Amino acid sequence: MSVTILLLLALGLGLAGWLAGRARAWSFRRSAGAGALAALPSYHAWYVALWIVVPMVVFIAAWSVIGPQLVSQHVLASPAAADLPAFGFKRESLLAEARAVATGAAPAVFNDGARALVEPYREAIGRYQTIGIVVALLLGFLGGAWSFLRIKPDFTARTRVERTVMVILLLASLVAILTTLGIFVSLVFETVRFFGMVNPIDFLFGLHWGPDPMANPDNPDPSRYGAIPLFWGTIFIGAIIAMIVAIPLGLMSAIYLTQYADPRLRSWVKPALEILAGVPTVVYGYFAALTVAPFIRDLALALGASNPSSESALAAGLVMGVMIIPFVSSMADDSIAAVPQAMRDGSLAMGATTSETIRRVLVPAALPGIVAGVMLAISRAIGETMIVVMAASTAANLSANPLEAMTTVTVQIVAMLTGEGSFDHPATLSAFALGFVLFLVTLGLNFVALRVVKRFREAYE
Amino acid sequence: MTVVHPNLEDTEAKMSARDVSVFYGDKQAIDNVSIDIPTKYVTAFIGPSGCGKSTFLRTLNRMNDTIPSARVEGEILLDGDDIYRSKMDVVQLRARVGMVFQKPNPFPKSIYENIAYGPRIHGLAEGKQELDAIVETSLQRAGLWNEVKDRLDDSGTALSGGQQQRLCIARAIAVDPEVILMDEPCSALDPIATAKIEELIDELNGRYAIVIVTHSMQQAARVSQRTAFFHLGKMVEYGRTSDIFTNPLEERTKDYITGRYG
Ligand SMILES: Nc1ncnc2c1ncn2[C@@H]1O[C@H](COP(=O)(O)OP(=O)(O)O)[C@@H](O)[C@H]1O
Ligand SMILES: [Mg+2]
Repeated sequence: MSVTILLLLALGLGLAGWLAGRARAWSFRRSAGAGALAALPSYHAWYVALWIVVPMVVFIAAWSVIGPQLVSQHVLASPAAADLPAFGFKRESLLAEARAVATGAAPAVFNDGARALVEPYREAIGRYQTIGIVVALLLGFLGGAWSFLRIKPDFTARTRVERTVMVILLLASLVAILTTLGIFVSLVFETVRFFGMVNPIDFLFGLHWGPDPMANPDNPDPSRYGAIPLFWGTIFIGAIIAMIVAIPLGLMSAIYLTQYADPRLRSWVKPALEILAGVPTVVYGYFAALTVAPFIRDLALALGASNPSSESALAAGLVMGVMIIPFVSSMADDSIAAVPQAMRDGSLAMGATTSETIRRVLVPAALPGIVAGVMLAISRAIGETMIVVMAASTAANLSANPLEAMTTVTVQIVAMLTGEGSFDHPATLSAFALGFVLFLVTLGLNFVALRVVKRFREAYE
Repeated sequence: MTVVHPNLEDTEAKMSARDVSVFYGDKQAIDNVSIDIPTKYVTAFIGPSGCGKSTFLRTLNRMNDTIPSARVEGEILLDGDDIYRSKMDVVQLRARVGMVFQKPNPFPKSIYENIAYGPRIHGLAEGKQELDAIVETSLQRAGLWNEVKDRLDDSGTALSGGQQQRLCIARAIAVDPEVILMDEPCSALDPIATAKIEELIDELNGRYAIVIVTHSMQQAARVSQRTAFFHLGKMVEYGRTSDIFTNPLEERTKDYITGRYG
């Protein structure tokens, strides 16, 4: 709440600074002539505004992180905190409750233990809020005054503004990278915690998966944390069944579209295929769970299978394969189209037919790009969650029978995180270890694929 | 109308074009060209760029079929058979009439596989040994054998430009064609590589009927015995190369070969 107000305040001050800076620049311009100013008045205005807004925003952002920590330190140091339990859930919930009442988010305390803490909270929050506002305003005024005074006729406001803008853009582009890094670090952190409880060897090579979130967290049974069935399920569904569908269909549609299709048809079919890539995966999930899976079960029954599962690896894999087709076909399409026309002409001039030319020249020449496309598709398929959550099961079977229920890494991540275990239970933490493995594998696949594509591009200039 | 020089009576025609016109959509690129391509000689097509030399050359092995908008009228005979008749097998035709392109275009395969490509498609070799033999003779005829015999497994695209072009000639030779069409085969090469290709054309002369498009009059004079001058889609003049260059009958030909335009 107060952060929003502070930000608005910063913008208001910035506007004021903008107007003041422009007025000052104009006054120089009026007294010394238009040529005397090293930059347009609006650049001086922006210079002042930036010097007000940027320090304030940076401080507000930092304070919204640091402030609450200072508050809880203050509260914990108060005499009322001495009665709190030393560790654990109870302590946290009492503190949270007191804070909620102090900020007005909750009407009254339920636990008597929290009552004594409300007052220290209220006091600390009030104090640090005031400090924050005062410092922010001070920074704004200081920045504004300093930059305002720097405005002189020969001041190169334009270059400075441009440079600042560049830095801001750079920071914006760093956000995505830093976020990824942050995700990675937190994954590593939780994974290390998990591996402190369960041996990585047991996890990576164990053949049985069945964590019990209700078991004693201090002494997990490592034989229940073997992730091989999940890895197998993931590979079987995402990299085998799905690819058996996606590679031939994607490749054939790419060949048809680049080599045979009339341009008018191509202009229809290609976007239609790409729309397929935009269908939310949950829709595919419905399709897999409600249409394909029952159909496969009925089919298996008709073929004499006894008691087939209603959730099968086959259903999830088939639908995932269809979902992946656009990825394969659009990469294959691009790579085939990138093979120079001269190759095609050369082959045709040797007396090869179109299909011989495709088989013997175009596809081999485009192969690196096609392979890279397949790798990207696999990395998407094994990270895909919705379809398998809806159509595969949570039963970790280690089986080569596609009609059986199987589960995948992503399904288990969801199951473990939403399960009944407390947050620091090894069953819950195993989700991070699974996520970490998935992250590494998909990262590796993408990395190799992009390198292959790059070298392929270079081969044809 | 085309001016045809006399004293071409020793010409035994391998291919003959009769009133050939080519259109790209509505646009006419070749207008009523008739010519006899001799069996034993090298024929050069010269003319300013855009006059239709490539277009006409491509009608001779029906490569124009690969361009959807292209349409050919008239008659083109190979040993007296119309190659545009509906029963003509284009695959067979292109085995008999090979082609070498302006920019060397070896396949991104090994040197061996580049040469073996045609024989494989047309089923010319019975076993590995026969194929090896075809590859060796083709490379020898293209004057490339000594340079590549120790690295037949290297990629064809790793050769130098001139070597690549000779590889493409060897590739065309491998299916034992009767006619070889070359569309400005030296325009992407340096003078030394060009000299090698010209030498090669000289050696191949007599074994194959050769048609070469060139924008270099010196090259036409050096390698060919027959020259056809094209201008704006028409064939202006045709005769012995020596006659065309020393004694052109048409004003436009004279202007072109003396470098007054083009
Ligand atoms: N694929 C094509 N589609 C449409 N017009 C073409 C095509 N190829 C060539 N042309 C046109 O036909 C004419 C003759 O071209 P071309 O045979 O390449 O000439 P040259 O080889 O003598 O330079 C030119 O005007 C060219 O623009
Ligand atoms: Mg040309």
